[in-house]
Amino acid sequence: MDALFLADDKLSAWLGELAAARRVLVPVREREAVVFRPYAAGVTPVLDRQANVPPKASVFPASEALMSFRYTKNPENLGQVAVEVHETIDAPPTVVFGGRPCDARGFLVFDRVYDTPKIQDTAYKKRRENTLFVTLACDDPQNTCFCNSIGSSPYDATGSDVLLTPVSGGYLVECASERGKELVESKLLSDGNALREEAKTVHASALSALGPAWNPSPAKAKLIEKFEDMGFWEDVSAKCISCGACTYLCPTCYCFNVTDERTGMKGERIRTWDTCMSYLFTLEASGHNPRPTKAHRLKNRVGHKFSYYPEIHGGPIACCGCGRCISLCPVSVDIREIVRLSIERPTAKPENK
Amino acid sequence: MTTLPNPYIPEIATIIETIQETPAIKTFRVTLNTPERMKSFRYEPGQVGQLSVFGVGEATFVINSPPTRMDYLQFSVMAAGEVTSRLHSLKAGDQIGVRAPLGNAFPYESMKGKNVVFVGGGIGMAPLRTLLLFMLDNRKDYGDISLLYGARSPEDMAFRYDLPDWTTRKDMKTVLTIDREAPGWEHTVGLIPNVLLDMNPSPENTVAVTCGPPIMIKFTLQALKKLGFPDESIYTTLEKRMKCGVGICGRCNIGTKYVCMDGPVFTYAELKKLPSEL
Repeated sequence: MDALFLADDKLSAWLGELAAARRVLVPVREREAVVFRPYAAGVTPVLDRQANVPPKASVFPASEALMSFRYTKNPENLGQVAVEVHETIDAPPTVVFGGRPCDARGFLVFDRVYDTPKIQDTAYKKRRENTLFVTLACDDPQNTCFCNSIGSSPYDATGSDVLLTPVSGGYLVECASERGKELVESKLLSDGNALREEAKTVHASALSALGPAWNPSPAKAKLIEKFEDMGFWEDVSAKCISCGACTYLCPTCYCFNVTDERTGMKGERIRTWDTCMSYLFTLEASGHNPRPTKAHRLKNRVGHKFSYYPEIHGGPIACCGCGRCISLCPVSVDIREIVRLSIERPTAKPENK
Repeated sequence: MTTLPNPYIPEIATIIETIQETPAIKTFRVTLNTPERMKSFRYEPGQVGQLSVFGVGEATFVINSPPTRMDYLQFSVMAAGEVTSRLHSLKAGDQIGVRAPLGNAFPYESMKGKNVVFVGGGIGMAPLRTLLLFMLDNRKDYGDISLLYGARSPEDMAFRYDLPDWTTRKDMKTVLTIDREAPGWEHTVGLIPNVLLDMNPSPENTVAVTCGPPIMIKFTLQALKKLGFPDESIYTTLEKRMKCGVGICGRCNIGTKYVCMDGPVFTYAELKKLPSEL
């Protein structure tokens, strides 16, 4: 397929075209952070840095109704109350514009769990089908980025529908999926084939800026080996304050909570993002908690991403290498360091088992 | 592309009867409101369901009536948290939500031809009841059946309506025990693991199925090992806090195993392979 070119001064017009038929989410500055919000005329997208908050909510909202319910009293017999439930799904056609390759790839981790031959998360699946990704290749990775170590790159188009690469005067626009074709049918885009070489240079320079890749795959066995080594987990979790920022800002963290809200005779069952870093996450009604300390909980988070998930799904790691859990952690917990130590440090044998 | 049903939408069911089993345990017999669904509803002994009180939430319980008796689905609920406490306030005629069946089942097919020893403690008798009644309804498929059922006191013993049958029928052996002497108690007195050792069941061609409070399971497993039961022949069920019940929401896993999907039924051999996070 031919490469196209979008000039910088046509960006707003193209976003306007895209937004005519769908919700277009773009990274914008909101107070101190860059977050994804719906595009409207006059909005200036922030495309020169990674958004602080990934576009996870585009397909997996932080809070959504799974269903509504309504109680109805029998007017002839007020003690008799019937209840009915209705599926509530909100899946507007959406384009996520200006996310990074790691952001788009995060949903691949979801897909293996949320859309399987046995179980389909209906709302997730509908939104996934209705959401396209116009992804921006990174030309200036941060020092917390490590997508190259988890089998990706700053210009990986896997999971994206269109890939943009910053070049002089604008962006090289390449279609990355069948579904991406409808997005690049615009008179605002011109022939970009002459800029392919420049884009390749941008890609190569971004990759080299990441430094040498390291191999996290030995952690799969090592993290299981260290399951009982609580000394290790107490050490690496010592500074963690259990705030959960790492999970809320992670493009691949998919755990959720379900709660009911009722007002009078009706209400909704609501799904919200949850965090395995919270004591309440696994607290049982009896008072027993299988993950009672932050050491247990961090062990589960790292173990899930780098050991259990790859074990269950035949290889892929549940991490996209975006580095947000490192750069945005208030106490500088570094998941790369924990994975590396799990591989390098000898495992203490439990005294009695 | 195939589209599967929404896994979170419960079916509406009506409580047709409640039984106050013990001060803390209440049983609900429910039928699905759609008669065709009740007729086509299939499950296996050991499988669980999520009960909804809309406006309060959902919680997981084993279906403790057997699939051989489909007049209703029975769930027994110990009041412990928000949902269970609200369930206890419900009465016949009230409507709840049911998502079932979920999870795996006891391997009742591979148990055919074998002797079965049931060891239940307190509310842990619930999953055993399903399998026991299923086996009694298919009696010729199984060898000797024995049951050891214990509770702290006579008042804490659930399923008392089953006991006259279980203690008198000729095709099973039943021992009931309580922790301490109580007036009017005509059965055994003693802690379950000790009584089990006294019963001294042979492990020969025999499977053991046990469920109860964690401390009871711990010592019952030790007793079964002392009696010579291999790890592969001992079955138990696990419980965890659950939300989705379909392997997604991420809280009931022990390493790679999700209690809601890979369980609740595990052999002792499988339990030993799990990392220690019970």
